[in-house]
Amino acid sequence: MCVVCGCSDNSPAHARHVQQAGGELGVVSVNPTHGDLHFGAGAARVSVPGMSQERAIKLEADILGANNRVAQKNRAHFESHGVTALNFVSSLGSGKTTLLCATIEALKQRQPTLHVAVIEGDQQTSFDADRIRATGAPAIQVNTGKGCHLDAPMVAEAFAHLHAHAHSHDHSPQRHSHDHAHDHGLQHHGEAHSLLFIENVGNLVCPAVWDLGEAAKVAILSVTEGEDKPLKYPDMFAASQLMILNKTDLLLHVKFDVKRCVELARRVNPTIEVIELSATTGEGMDMWLHWLDHAMGVHHHHHHESSTHQDALRARVLQLEAELLQARAALSTGATT
Amino acid sequence: MHEASLAGGVLKVLEDTARREGFVRLLELRLEVGQLAGVDIRALRFALESLALGTLLEGARVDIDHPPGQAWCMQCAQTVAIAQRGDACPACGGYQLQPTGGMELRIIDMRVSDN
Repeated sequence: MCVVCGCSDNSPAHARHVQQAGGELGVVSVNPTHGDLHFGAGAARVSVPGMSQERAIKLEADILGANNRVAQKNRAHFESHGVTALNFVSSLGSGKTTLLCATIEALKQRQPTLHVAVIEGDQQTSFDADRIRATGAPAIQVNTGKGCHLDAPMVAEAFAHLHAHAHSHDHSPQRHSHDHAHDHGLQHHGEAHSLLFIENVGNLVCPAVWDLGEAAKVAILSVTEGEDKPLKYPDMFAASQLMILNKTDLLLHVKFDVKRCVELARRVNPTIEVIELSATTGEGMDMWLHWLDHAMGVHHHHHHESSTHQDALRARVLQLEAELLQARAALSTGATT
Repeated sequence: MHEASLAGGVLKVLEDTARREGFVRLLELRLEVGQLAGVDIRALRFALESLALGTLLEGARVDIDHPPGQAWCMQCAQTVAIAQRGDACPACGGYQLQPTGGMELRIIDMRVSDN
């Protein structure tokens, strides 16, 4: 299978992808015409007889290091702006955009002052960003071209655009060329808390590996998909803090075992939280909005609504702690005998 | 499918290192890709090969270490081997596992030539 797009190895499209991948990266490769300047030291030593020109370089470098450094910068940037960023991951057609639109509409009713912005990742088109903008929320479409995921630099750039755009409405445009070289020590302009939804490319594999600087990954699984997806794509569910089971209004019509799905998700990630909802009917939206409040660090006083959920979590923590104690006890007995 | 981007990341590190260390040719490259890193080694090799032409990777030998997946089993209170996330503990059959090894995704070292 082609590693670029998943097309079959013998298709004409595949040959083109290989060529493109090679050609594109060739552009940023070391240029032989400039090589003399950079690698002069090596060439000079050629004349020393009997000396080996080979040497080893120890690197121990993280392959994702460049991305992760930008992601950390994004994280600091979001924090200084009072932004809670969430990275929405799922397969194609799970209802991510519909859920985001419904969430924005619900937040407009309940918290009209809360600022919500969206970064939309897709390979092509601005259809999704257009749908978000129709709700009145600012949205930036990021087209990844042949890429199958968003990366941290894409998000950094999109956020800068969103931010500059928002400020050009608030202030005089010339004040805000906004080069983002500002100090992050203090909260920027005393901004209120806001939400940034990052809708990743529909793909349950690749986005798991790329940190964007988000506060949490939210995996969305619709009940029209298989309940065994958490096991089939374990990395994504292991990386996510919350799993939303979407389209629960269709549970009557499809064969989907919710209990088993949750059980499988907790096999790969014992601490994953689960919310069942239908973005279409609004069922379960309260729980989701509540979760968002907590993600933003907002304290409020209707604990009775979510008490079952929190009690379940608390019970789970106690159970894990008990097991930890047992494990420690077993270890220490082993050491003394 | 993200292996193409990872291969690009490897090349970027190589080029940065070439600039810093001033070597001319890459002879050997050793990567470490753990069993739980979420990376298909065959696909990564293919991606590295398809972008090698005209870059430092051309003609270089690439070795990929594949450290096994390991997890701490809370029930057994010991480290056990797992092939992927979501596997049961081979000793007790439980799922209270915390991965502890096999998540590596690194460039370990390389052998280079100055001529």
